[in-house]
Amino acid sequence: MLTFEPYGNPTYFALLGVALLPLMIGLLYGKRSRLYETLISIFFLVLTFGGSKWTQGVALIIYILYEVGLTWGYAVYRRHKNSGPFFYLMVILAIAPLTIVKVTPAVENGQSSLIGFLGISYLTFRAVQTIMETRDGTLKNYNLMTFLQFMLFFPTISSGPIDRYRRFEKDYRSVPSREQYLGMLQKGIRYIFVGFLYKFVLAYYFGTMLMPKLQLMAMHSRGGFLDLSWPVVGYMYAYSADLFFDFAGYSLFAVGTSYIMGIATPMNFNQPWRSPNIKDFWNRWHITLSFWFRDFIYMRLVFWFMKHKIFKKPTTTANVTYIINMLVMGFWHGVTWYYIAYGLFHGVALMVNDMWLRYKKKHRKSIPHNGFTQIFAIFLTANLVCFSFLIFSGLLNKLWFN
Amino acid sequence: MDIKETVLEILNDLTGNDVSGAMDDNLFDSGLLDSMGSVQLLLQLQSELDVTVPVSEFERSEWDTPNKIIAKVESLA
Repeated sequence: MLTFEPYGNPTYFALLGVALLPLMIGLLYGKRSRLYETLISIFFLVLTFGGSKWTQGVALIIYILYEVGLTWGYAVYRRHKNSGPFFYLMVILAIAPLTIVKVTPAVENGQSSLIGFLGISYLTFRAVQTIMETRDGTLKNYNLMTFLQFMLFFPTISSGPIDRYRRFEKDYRSVPSREQYLGMLQKGIRYIFVGFLYKFVLAYYFGTMLMPKLQLMAMHSRGGFLDLSWPVVGYMYAYSADLFFDFAGYSLFAVGTSYIMGIATPMNFNQPWRSPNIKDFWNRWHITLSFWFRDFIYMRLVFWFMKHKIFKKPTTTANVTYIINMLVMGFWHGVTWYYIAYGLFHGVALMVNDMWLRYKKKHRKSIPHNGFTQIFAIFLTANLVCFSFLIFSGLLNKLWFN
Repeated sequence: MDIKETVLEILNDLTGNDVSGAMDDNLFDSGLLDSMGSVQLLLQLQSELDVTVPVSEFERSEWDTPNKIIAKVESLA
């Protein structure tokens, strides 16, 4: 049997179109068939995790049962009790499989873990968030079937965007009016077509045509200061363009497909290259991930630090938490020096950014603010980001240690 | 002191600006509030008005202007 990478080839899109058609007609007439939605979800999950990838399929099933057990168990427990240590234990258990999958290649010479499967990170984000909101008491009506649909919602299972349980549930339990749905349908189809341009034209050009050549040239031009050369600079921009168009393209497919299914999955990118500073960049780049980190790591840590008065100054609290937050993000990408350096780079960048914003606020009158400074800020931010992606790409690792 | 005054005072302290003249301006867009400021706001609300807001209740779009914040706090008090 064949296996398909989600949104990977024309056949996948053809199958998607055929499978979504009855669902579209149903939604236009105000009906949502849970049974049909479940059936096509299973169909596309089998396409992705079946055939030669059956071991991943088995890992997915075991993982889902495990996370369902944790979240359901915790929801039942939380109705009567609310112990801190028990909550922490649940969070640790929920991220344990992901931690094993991420650490295994680092300790087993690049071998990947048997319990891993495509999308495990994104499912872990959803499960952890469900446990945290249950703890806060903001998620009161945990429903096992809804949780399963939320976790296994096939358009976003492999790489997000990371939706929120309560937001997903609201869409899933209702049917949009015909007017609303026509608007969603129009948007969804447009997203998918922009996605084609991003992923199959632009990302193909930068990633498949340009990058390998530049990498070869960069490897041949070693010997200078830190082995840097013009091809490395070229690679930096080509890699950044590829990363953006590839992931933004995928995200457009995932969001577009969700819209066609009447689910308004949040967008992942919002013109990141026009950010005037790094802080704003993280409001525009891989939004659902950075907001997940903001809401479930950054804000919670800050809250905890401030409540227990760990640091005297709020700015120290903010700085320490930036570093922790971005380091965790680095580790999440994988346990290699360049992912961790990438996290650290962004943590420090956010710190410096905040210092500058405070300085600017104090000296508002003496610092010019005009069209030119705005363009300069955007240029500087984009280049800093591209440099961070060069670290992230692992090319430096190849240049220095291969 | 009523809720509106207290909230405005907290906001003025936090942002270093008098926000009472721009009650419908988006505090996040103008850079006056960020995640750090939001947490400080939640802690202040807890200590001064005894209003407890868990972090996951803090949906940015519902808390982004002085008027919205006051309405939120009034609904929770």
